[in-house]
Amino acid sequence: MTDLTSLTLTEARKGLVDKTFTSVDLTKAHLAAMEAARPLNAYVLETPEKALAMAAASDARRTKGEAGRLEGIPLGIKDLFATEGTRTTASSNILGNFIPKYESTVTSQLWRDGAVMLGKLNNDEFAMGSSNETSAFGPVVNPHLPANWDEGKARAALGGDKKGLLVPGGSSGGSSAAVAANLCLGATATDTGGSIRQPAAFTGTVGIKPTYGRCSRWGIVAFASSLDQAGPIAKTVRDCAALMTSMAGHDAKDSTSVDIAVPDFEAAVGKSVAGKTIGIPREYRVEGMPAEIEALWKKGAEMLRAAGAKVVDISLPHTKYALPAYYIVAPAEASSNLARYDGVRYGVRVPGKDIADLYEKTRAAGFGREVKRRIMIGTYVLSAGYYDAYYLRAQKIRTLIKRDFELAYAAGVDAILTPATPSAAFGIAEMADADPVQMYLNDVFTVTVNMAGLPGLALPGGTDERGLPLGLQLIGRPFDEETLFSLGSVIEDQVGRITAKRWW
Amino acid sequence: MSVDAATVRRIARLSRIALPEADVAGMQGEINAILGFVEQLGEVNVDGVEPMTSVTPMALKMREDIVTDGEKAGLVTANAPQSEDNYFLVPKVVE
Repeated sequence: MTDLTSLTLTEARKGLVDKTFTSVDLTKAHLAAMEAARPLNAYVLETPEKALAMAAASDARRTKGEAGRLEGIPLGIKDLFATEGTRTTASSNILGNFIPKYESTVTSQLWRDGAVMLGKLNNDEFAMGSSNETSAFGPVVNPHLPANWDEGKARAALGGDKKGLLVPGGSSGGSSAAVAANLCLGATATDTGGSIRQPAAFTGTVGIKPTYGRCSRWGIVAFASSLDQAGPIAKTVRDCAALMTSMAGHDAKDSTSVDIAVPDFEAAVGKSVAGKTIGIPREYRVEGMPAEIEALWKKGAEMLRAAGAKVVDISLPHTKYALPAYYIVAPAEASSNLARYDGVRYGVRVPGKDIADLYEKTRAAGFGREVKRRIMIGTYVLSAGYYDAYYLRAQKIRTLIKRDFELAYAAGVDAILTPATPSAAFGIAEMADADPVQMYLNDVFTVTVNMAGLPGLALPGGTDERGLPLGLQLIGRPFDEETLFSLGSVIEDQVGRITAKRWW
Repeated sequence: MSVDAATVRRIARLSRIALPEADVAGMQGEINAILGFVEQLGEVNVDGVEPMTSVTPMALKMREDIVTDGEKAGLVTANAPQSEDNYFLVPKVVE
């Protein structure tokens, strides 16, 4: 029998329907793969007992003819999603051994449709990072080998300090690595500035950040509430569409979740894109962009043109201001959201001589450096005398960024094609001495989409000269994820999947 | 705009994060790198531009003014580092 973990979600679903194997078979295969892949550090918590119980219940439902749309499919869950009775940490020490008494809306919908939980996935602490290196559980290893490394060298590094092995991107680095390494059939992820799309690009996987409001944020650890959205990372465009159909939908418990019908996103996969107008924004041709990214971008446009789409040059003049404006808005919202970690209601507590001392010592011990810095920046830009100069100005610029997109869409553009990241995956610890802005530049192509609340799909576009995956990004009109899935499947049909060979 | 060491200490205080003296200079450098990066926002003409309040144009939903949840003190305090009889325990705050 073929290795069940190498199947796509769509293939596994067919095998389950055809009774070629059971959900218990599929789940056991993934649990074994997870155990063998522990040095990659993709999972921060494996839940084998829960997984096998859910799989057995799924098989029983199928026997009774009650199969849901994701019946028996084993998934990994980013540790930002609250899971009832299962430790949830956001990969931060401050949450300690937090065991939620409730289930996030998104994950509850996956279980409603029959999916099985394998465990909780690593991420940058509170989703703040682009390499998964800020996690309290340590870095995650990208299953793609660095250029010119053989398996022996990689295994030696994996057993040591991991330096030189590649990062899987962030903040959803556990999700992207687990999907690329066949440690789940799909994963939940979240995206505040690029945290689904940049990791997908770094690992040769497919990820979508839906339109703001498409998925409920209820039960997801909050970072920046006006930017956060949940979405899937999966092996193919169709797998991603299948997961989206279950994850999306109105939720009365999140006042920003939008009450509109959820289409069957899979129906859009493979649909003709003839006559669609694709915008190529000139402002994304940033200074110092490697020639291979430029070439990848051109190739992607060619593929869409060959499929009957019209490709036009467009201008999004405020693009360059999106990243600096983000680094005001996101920390400001984070400083407010993370005020709840006070050592009183949940998580760790460091005793102090009075209540203020308790807060200060708890937060100093519980938060990592990146998180502390962002809270402090956020506190500063919101403080008296600086609010207008920083926060208010950034929110005005956000209006201008959104207007750029609205004008392009009003002129007839259906979707926009850009590179997903300015480079391929870099090495673990490679950016340790760089100033924080260098790391932030990873999100230069993705962050505009969050600022404007739009949907963005990242998928493999090819490889660089060293053989590492590179991603393309498709940006859509609000609530038109379907066009992105149609366009994405055209590119996927040409490029194929970029998979990692098992070496760990 | 850049911050000095005294401002960094003040922001840490406002953020309720204890910052050891040895970390002040490092944090100051990092914060100033970010403030330097965001300075370019000053070039944008924002005259007459409304600040964004909601990225998706939508009216906030209303619901009936009725109790929908509650009576769960045990669950609410279950993860507290210190609790007693469904109360959170904190150091004495009133003399």
